[in-house]
Amino acid sequence: MKQTHVYFDHSATTPVHPEVLNVMLPYWTNDYGNPASMHAHGRKASFALEEARTTLATLLNAKPNEIIFTGCGSESDNLAIRGVMWAARQQNKGNHLISCCIEHKAITETAVQLRDLAGFDITILPVDSYGRVSPDDVRAAIRPDTALISIMAANNEIGTLQPIFEIGNIAREHGIPFHTDAVQAAAYQRWDLASMPIDLLSMSAHKFHGPKGAGLLYVREGIGLRASLTGGGQENGQRAGTSNVAFAVGTAKAFALAQEEVDAHSQHCQQLRDTFIDGVLAAIPADDIRLTGHPTQRLPGHASFALRHLNGNDLLIHLDAAGISASSGSACNTGNPEPSAVLQAIGLGNEWTMGGLRFTFGRQNSLADIEKGIAGLTTAVKQLRQFSQLFS
Amino acid sequence: MSGGVDSSVAAALLKEQGYEVIGMMMRLWSEPGIGPSAPLNRCCTPDQMADARRVAGKLDIPFYVVDVQDHFRKSIVQFFIDQHELGQTPNPCVECNRQIRFTYLLERALALGANALATGHYAQVLPTAVGYQIKAGKDAQKDQSYVLHMLSQQHLAHVLFPIGGYTKPEVRELARKFGLPVASKSESQDLCFLGDGDYRRFLQEYSQKVSQPGPIMDSHGRVLGQHEGLAFYTIGQRKGLGLSTGQSVFVLRKDVAQNALIVGSREQLGQQTLTVRQLNWVSGQAPTGPLPVQIKIRYKAKAIPGTVTVADNPTAVGQAYCTFDEPVFGITAGQAAVFYDGDTVLGGGIISDSQQTAVGNDIIPLSPKLELTV
Repeated sequence: MKQTHVYFDHSATTPVHPEVLNVMLPYWTNDYGNPASMHAHGRKASFALEEARTTLATLLNAKPNEIIFTGCGSESDNLAIRGVMWAARQQNKGNHLISCCIEHKAITETAVQLRDLAGFDITILPVDSYGRVSPDDVRAAIRPDTALISIMAANNEIGTLQPIFEIGNIAREHGIPFHTDAVQAAAYQRWDLASMPIDLLSMSAHKFHGPKGAGLLYVREGIGLRASLTGGGQENGQRAGTSNVAFAVGTAKAFALAQEEVDAHSQHCQQLRDTFIDGVLAAIPADDIRLTGHPTQRLPGHASFALRHLNGNDLLIHLDAAGISASSGSACNTGNPEPSAVLQAIGLGNEWTMGGLRFTFGRQNSLADIEKGIAGLTTAVKQLRQFSQLFS
Repeated sequence: MSGGVDSSVAAALLKEQGYEVIGMMMRLWSEPGIGPSAPLNRCCTPDQMADARRVAGKLDIPFYVVDVQDHFRKSIVQFFIDQHELGQTPNPCVECNRQIRFTYLLERALALGANALATGHYAQVLPTAVGYQIKAGKDAQKDQSYVLHMLSQQHLAHVLFPIGGYTKPEVRELARKFGLPVASKSESQDLCFLGDGDYRRFLQEYSQKVSQPGPIMDSHGRVLGQHEGLAFYTIGQRKGLGLSTGQSVFVLRKDVAQNALIVGSREQLGQQTLTVRQLNWVSGQAPTGPLPVQIKIRYKAKAIPGTVTVADNPTAVGQAYCTFDEPVFGITAGQAAVFYDGDTVLGGGIISDSQQTAVGNDIIPLSPKLELTV
């Protein structure tokens, strides 16, 4: 990796904030106790773990006992879906899950497995050309045995924000728990879960300068949940396994920093995003490119495109060679690319669905980086067009 | 970079020489592996990819896998099947070099801003006052200059063979010296797209035509037995014909029109002429008259003295006629005939079926001149 590489892949992951690293370090060395132990070492660790939980609860306006530390965003999604569905079956409260077609695979694959192996029913809702779920579709899909509605807060591939509050209100009218995967969105808005119509919410620390391998799931008090990872009763019996104190502390610190500067950060990212989108759409012929996702109702630092008759992975190779780290919708490093299911879901034809590209901006990016990105993408598209004409 | 020792060492040598190196693997089409007999070099398995990635990581170079599956399946695998259906025995590695490696991949590399494409072939490129020359690799056992005969001056200006000046043991030693995790990987043998290394089984599965039984005949048209499908026999084959004629018979040629396998004595197998199509001269200059050369009629064959004459008939563009001083055994339509001057590759082409005048679209009918010499 060259020093001059610019990083436009903040939806994939972000660097750990130095302050986050600092607060984590003691829990691997001096304060290494297991929070489940009753002795002094254990107490110190337990105190740190519960402080972290309280910090996060405060930031989300939730109760500490509503916060479950997990190993990643995918685990949070798994626990939410499996946990609520199994609890509903056990309590005879239903068998039906409503979700949508552009959810993260942590949701869709889990739902499919529950359907195929355990006989749960699932309804997968379509999205419009911006990737939005219609609240009316949600309402129409509700059945007497619907046990959970799960719709993501923001899509990872095309950045579109979902109308989660409208959908949450519909769920609430019907007394159905509502889960949202907020892995991409968490750091870009303030959360007041006491009053928001959200019953379960997934987050992942490394998306906002926390450590990888740390997630959390908010579960509103009173929502029935069966543990997926069973064992020693940690996390209130909802997620077994020795608590990762350092990561819990890091998650709390990272989220506190993110929430402290949420407005300035969102504004910074949005300015970069809009400059980039305007620049790219001006530089590349309109027939060859389109913005994917919603033009305004999208994540502040998220720009995504589809390129006609080009392959996103080929573009990434050229961008990487030019010192630009970006992502394609269906990222693949095995040379076996598949069309993007998200781009298909928003109605794009075959000439577009291999050509998804995503640029996600963050703290360390500047307007100069954006200019480099625009030039780099424009060049990559030209190079690949010339190349593909030779072999078409 | 295939994940094997040769391309890994090629990359390491270039890196050591100060080049800015980008690793690329072609994701080619291959059958799913069939049991434990899946060829070790079967293309693009997760293991091969992981090995190449580890080497790239060790060398601290970028590594990209490019998708060539469709292109490879259409232009190489299908070609392999089609040619067998036409009674020919193609060399897919030659075609892959012609249609994929030194076209598609080379263009990709150039589009990416690279100056050259380097591969792990055992051959050498020599810049001379009159242009680039292709020389045999230092290791006579491993020499791969045969499969590179189609390269032109334009190609050679952008091609590097970093291990051509080393023997295989030296390459392994270099891999150890560089600390590459692939130093002791075994040799690859079979075609990279076969699931089990068995091309007969592959053809049976992917072609309806090749398994048609037909007569085994002598050159007078007398039926001596039955064959199981022309593709399953090779020119010069003696064993496994299921004939009890009392004397050794050899496969002479395949008569696709009659779906007949023509057999005969060893004397009949020997030929003193052959015709090539898809002719290439590495220098870009075809000789104006008959040229004494040494000719390899297959990858592992010894070069045999002969004379090559470029066809001057306008209906035989891209063809040349070769004559040998002595009868040559096992000349096989579809294989390449490559012309050498010592260890320098002068050029080459694909051997046409000497008895058939029209086999496939790209085969031009024999010229009257050749028929006179036969």
